[in-house]
Amino acid sequence: MTIDFIINQFTEIIGNFPVAAFLVACASVGGLLFVLMALNAMVAVYVERKVSAFMMDRLGPMGQGPGLHAGKWGILQTFADAIKLLIKEDTIPKSADQILFKVAPFIIFIGAIIGLSALPFSSSIQAVDLNVGVFYIIAAGSIGVIGIVMAGWASNNKWSLYGAMRSAAQIISYEIPAGLSIIVPIMMSGTMNLQNLIEYQSGSIFGIFPNWIMFQNPFAFLAFFIFFISAVAETNRTPFDIPEAESELVAGWMTEYSGFRWAVFFLSEYANMFVVSGLAVAGFMGGWLSPIPGFLNSPVLGLFWFFGKVSFLIFVMMWFRWTFPRLRVDQLMYVCWKVFIPIAMLNIFGVGIWKLIFG
Amino acid sequence: MYRDFGTILFLVFMGIVLIYAPLVIQKLLAPNDPNADKLATYECGEESEGSAWVQFNIRFYVVALIFLIFDVEVVFLFPWAVVFNELGLLAFVEMGIFLLILMLGLAYVWRRSDLDWVKYNVKYGRGRYSNLYKKSQTIKGS
Repeated sequence: MTIDFIINQFTEIIGNFPVAAFLVACASVGGLLFVLMALNAMVAVYVERKVSAFMMDRLGPMGQGPGLHAGKWGILQTFADAIKLLIKEDTIPKSADQILFKVAPFIIFIGAIIGLSALPFSSSIQAVDLNVGVFYIIAAGSIGVIGIVMAGWASNNKWSLYGAMRSAAQIISYEIPAGLSIIVPIMMSGTMNLQNLIEYQSGSIFGIFPNWIMFQNPFAFLAFFIFFISAVAETNRTPFDIPEAESELVAGWMTEYSGFRWAVFFLSEYANMFVVSGLAVAGFMGGWLSPIPGFLNSPVLGLFWFFGKVSFLIFVMMWFRWTFPRLRVDQLMYVCWKVFIPIAMLNIFGVGIWKLIFG
Repeated sequence: MYRDFGTILFLVFMGIVLIYAPLVIQKLLAPNDPNADKLATYECGEESEGSAWVQFNIRFYVVALIFLIFDVEVVFLFPWAVVFNELGLLAFVEMGIFLLILMLGLAYVWRRSDLDWVKYNVKYGRGRYSNLYKKSQTIKGS
């Protein structure tokens, strides 16, 4: 999609060099995705701090910002954090497995960036428009767990190992309810392509409500909540943050990491939040369609709607963090295997019968 | 389609470069002054005791096994969901039978209490686990 556009432009302006055009297009798209990832992490960290501060009735970061001394509102706080992480000493424990310890951040980062590449930001802006988009994003999302286990095991630290094992158990468990509930939009629309899936949701119900999949029938509404909660669990966010529970496991599987390697984990975590929210938005909440049916829909405004909806879901995740206490390991497994999976399976039957009766 | 997945392959390589470049910058900018204490394994300030590469709780293995079964099921559901609208009732009944068999499996592991993180109804009435058995009975009774 965007790749094709850049290749066409390149061929028109410079000439017919297919390989060079492809490489330039890929590099520019990759660069843009990386910028998006970095900006997303920076803004999200700042917003998270401010939202936390607001919910706890305090000020949050106020120092760093425009203005020399005593800057305003702490806007540049995350920027300062990034510089700090870049010039920090990079220590690798002597007893750690040196190779796996260094490889792990790369795998986690790659899992995040290739997931991001398939998201439909607008009707014309999408890095790669895959015919199996939904399936692909679910698959890319589970690459990260390999990196997590690798990081935890290679650290040769008890906290890290515990964190990694818990994280692996949690992520793979919650992948199943997430996968079972994302089947519902595919069943209803009959496509795995994200653009077609969003186009299926255009129009309106009774002329006023948006025709989003989550409003089309009660089972889809339930599926959205199961998917979103499972997605929160998959990104290891509170209340499902037992893998990195500060009060029990120091920092979980990232205990031994410092400096930029640790920053990569942070970057990837926020990118993963973006990816799962993006998939929830595309699958259930109409993607780049405006919330008022048939009004203010254009490729550029689509970008605004998509980012607006994703930001809202990320805000809800932050809201969760200061609302719910952390779950215990057995409670976590209980919720996944004994509540979500049976409900998600029955949901598929429900949607199937609904579709057969109402068409 | 080949172009799409080619782009993703390119992104994988690009991801490696994008992470490697800041690491090189860090190598140039950051101080590098390792000593034995810094390179020791962190255990809350205590001297670390032995290696962390030990045998681990079997529960994680059981979860991984059950996960594998259900994840394969989800993979089968994806193509079915795409053609569901065209095939209608026939596809629904066929997948219903498949799902019912798997739900039977879920009921089986549930009944065997393989889904409980802390397993209480162990069938040890005697010996060193007898107190555990009593405990499970009191928990069931209460």
